[in-house]
Amino acid sequence: MTPTADIILWVVIPYVCLAFFVLGHVWRYRYDKFGWTTRSSQLYESRLLRWASPMFHFGILAVFLGHVMGLGIPKSWTEAVGMSEEIYHFLAVSIGAVAGVCTVLGLVLLIYRRRTVGPVFRATTRMDKVMYLFLAVVIFLGLWNTIAGSVLNLGGHYDYRDGVSVWFRGIFLLDLHPELMAEAPIGFQLHGMTAMLLFALWPFTRLVHVFSAPVGYMWRPYVVYRSRSDRLGSRAGRRGWERVERRRETSTRL
Amino acid sequence: MRVMAQMAMVMNLDKCIGCHTCSVTCKQAWTNRTGTEYVWFNNVETRPGQGYPRTYEDQDKWEGGWTLNKRGRLQLKAGGRLKNLLTIFSSPKMPSLDEYYEPWTYDYENLTNAPLGEHTPVARPKSLISGQDMNVTWSANWDDDLGGAPELTMADPVLAKISDKVKLEFEQTFMFYLPRICEHCLNPSCAASCPSGAIYKRSEDGIVLVDQDACRGWRKCVTGCPYKKVYFNHKTGKAEKCTFCYPRIEVGLPTVCSETCVGRLRYIGLILYDADRVLEAASVTDERELLASQRRVFLDPNDPEVQREAERAGISRDWVQAAQRSPIWALINTYEVALPLHPEYRTLPMVWYIPPLSPVVDVVGETGEDSEDSGNLFAAIDTLRIPVEYLAELFTAGDPEPVTAVLKRLAAMRSYMRDINMGRAPNPSIPAAVGMEEGTMYEMYRLLALAKYDERYVIPPSHVEQAHGLEELATECSLDYDGGPGMGGSGPFGEGSGVNDPIAVENFHMLKQRQTTDTVADPASRKARVNLLNWDGKSAPAGMFPPRPGPDGANLREPDSVGDAGLVQPRPAGGSVPGPAGSGTDPIPPGGDWLGGDGPGTQGPGGPGEPGDTGASGTGPRL
Repeated sequence: MTPTADIILWVVIPYVCLAFFVLGHVWRYRYDKFGWTTRSSQLYESRLLRWASPMFHFGILAVFLGHVMGLGIPKSWTEAVGMSEEIYHFLAVSIGAVAGVCTVLGLVLLIYRRRTVGPVFRATTRMDKVMYLFLAVVIFLGLWNTIAGSVLNLGGHYDYRDGVSVWFRGIFLLDLHPELMAEAPIGFQLHGMTAMLLFALWPFTRLVHVFSAPVGYMWRPYVVYRSRSDRLGSRAGRRGWERVERRRETSTRL
Repeated sequence: MRVMAQMAMVMNLDKCIGCHTCSVTCKQAWTNRTGTEYVWFNNVETRPGQGYPRTYEDQDKWEGGWTLNKRGRLQLKAGGRLKNLLTIFSSPKMPSLDEYYEPWTYDYENLTNAPLGEHTPVARPKSLISGQDMNVTWSANWDDDLGGAPELTMADPVLAKISDKVKLEFEQTFMFYLPRICEHCLNPSCAASCPSGAIYKRSEDGIVLVDQDACRGWRKCVTGCPYKKVYFNHKTGKAEKCTFCYPRIEVGLPTVCSETCVGRLRYIGLILYDADRVLEAASVTDERELLASQRRVFLDPNDPEVQREAERAGISRDWVQAAQRSPIWALINTYEVALPLHPEYRTLPMVWYIPPLSPVVDVVGETGEDSEDSGNLFAAIDTLRIPVEYLAELFTAGDPEPVTAVLKRLAAMRSYMRDINMGRAPNPSIPAAVGMEEGTMYEMYRLLALAKYDERYVIPPSHVEQAHGLEELATECSLDYDGGPGMGGSGPFGEGSGVNDPIAVENFHMLKQRQTTDTVADPASRKARVNLLNWDGKSAPAGMFPPRPGPDGANLREPDSVGDAGLVQPRPAGGSVPGPAGSGTDPIPPGGDWLGGDGPGTQGPGGPGEPGDTGASGTGPRL
């Protein structure tokens, strides 16, 4: 029988956090489309940003893909396609370390910039600061797990693909394994827990811009036309008072 | 053929006196908020000069607009779609605040709070960006009237394109003003650069707008626009741009910049164009062909086939009629005196300019020759290479031919009309020398010199069946919208988050706050501002001027207009309240023809008087 504390830590809290994540985004999108932005500070400062921002963002994209690989794909699948433990380990650690170092370096530069450049610091909200704290802790713990666990082999060998990954997938498959997290090294426990808390915060921070990644730009026509009748004046439409569309047959303009 | 309608503007540069009234009123109406301190939807530049932001016309540096790629296809100058997306984390070609200027205010409080001391206290400039003391070293029109010339002016990218010989002669040459708003291009590169698809062109009237709810602050539009007329609001993190005052245009009023233009140099009207030919026109190989190719995109609203196609495209009859009466169509096509600004950017801009003849007239005048004689002027236009080449770099991608042709037409009109004004027989050879009929020339003169309000601004309102919903005419309670009464302030996610307030509600709060506050307007609060958006130019907008002491010393307050914030009603004639025109209005004799009077006081409603300007239409005080 799993202790209650483990159930709370590795079942209840994750579900609560993910509920915040999903419902929070829905609420934020409905309530605050206008506030849904990157809140770029490039206008204030671009010398540091030019290096730090791409380094962080491309790094974190690689880290994300690494997590999809490590958490999302079961060990049996990679073994089925003939990828041995050693090869997987080598790829994960080498690519992961490069991406992780880029991310951390970028993040450190960005935080340094945010703190030292006056106008940028002035434009930082309280929510930004909380978000930076959690993001930094999650990323540092993640990098530490990679370096300490896989490179330096501190505290013996731990294969997260048999532990953390199974627990994580179980959350979505309703196949709960809190005991796997309970026996994971403390570094992984902290990384997982802070990440869950970050997910809970996510919809209330500028991180929402992740979901605005404009991939559709690759395929849409260059110039967008919209009809004025979508909205009258600058007055927002009221629920229950939507216009009855009287489209003429000829109005097939873009 | 796919007919579309485009609201367009022409500015007659000969009439611009560089007073910046358009800029100031535009700023009052649209960008008097934190985050937009440096944003000028309308600005007036002295040319030659660096412009705003500095050297924005240097597209080798800023990579705005379109270019032809190796295969001859049209492509954004800043790069293709993939490159655009890959540089999204740090936009490489975005001007920094240094290229604009660091906005500031003054520490006025120190003037009253400073302790008693030997020296007079001063109000030091404080940066609105960093909050620190700062040195004011640049602003929106720092090089106004050639200030800082020749050193600063030599950085003008347009001047750099002219040959060295011209450069040396430059000090003896000319200056004129160039008011600029968003060009509302037919082929807008800002919209094409927007990864989110938030910038769109309205299909009814071609006005280019930013959807504030869809903009995600990627800043690509700032790079994409070669005119640098999309600005980044650093508080809300969203792009903003000139809106062509669409709430006014929709009800048939001209833009604020046009309404308040002292020189009455702006014309607004519709142009019909063939949307299917836009891409082809923007892709011609030779830059100098772009002027002609853009003209070919426009459709003649008097052509029955165009009318048929317009109807098929859902353009209503009154809009086609407005296109026929459009001063823009006349100036671009009939008289051929208007030219686009920088056609070489390939965006097919829709704010056109009548180039100034005055530099030429001035030179001729200084020689002591007759500066209204067509022969003298024609000769001067041909010999004075400097202004012509400079204007050509601005308006025709460097081709002097069209500029010369326009200047000759303007010169011909000048001397042709002199004969008429002097009571001499008009000389038909003058219009003939520039390929015009006498009647056409006279009509052009009328449009350029005499045209009244309703001839300068031919704006068909959007349709009556929509009028109820347009907030300026709202017959419902203006606070009655989704989200309840917008009580101002910011949402929890930083400046300006949360639901947007409709403009009418913002006006209501502004008026209420201004009437109840005991401090001067605080730019840190987004509600405390005079909003000129719904001002029709008739009387002074409430809150614009402090109440003036009356004859008995008591403060006369403006009548409480909160209840009908959207309406500016003339006061009863015969009042004695001093208006902005200066003196109080005289009582009007009963039954007197007060419209025919010529004094500034006789217009009753205290509006800006237009003395002696009541001839032709004569039906109302606004002409």
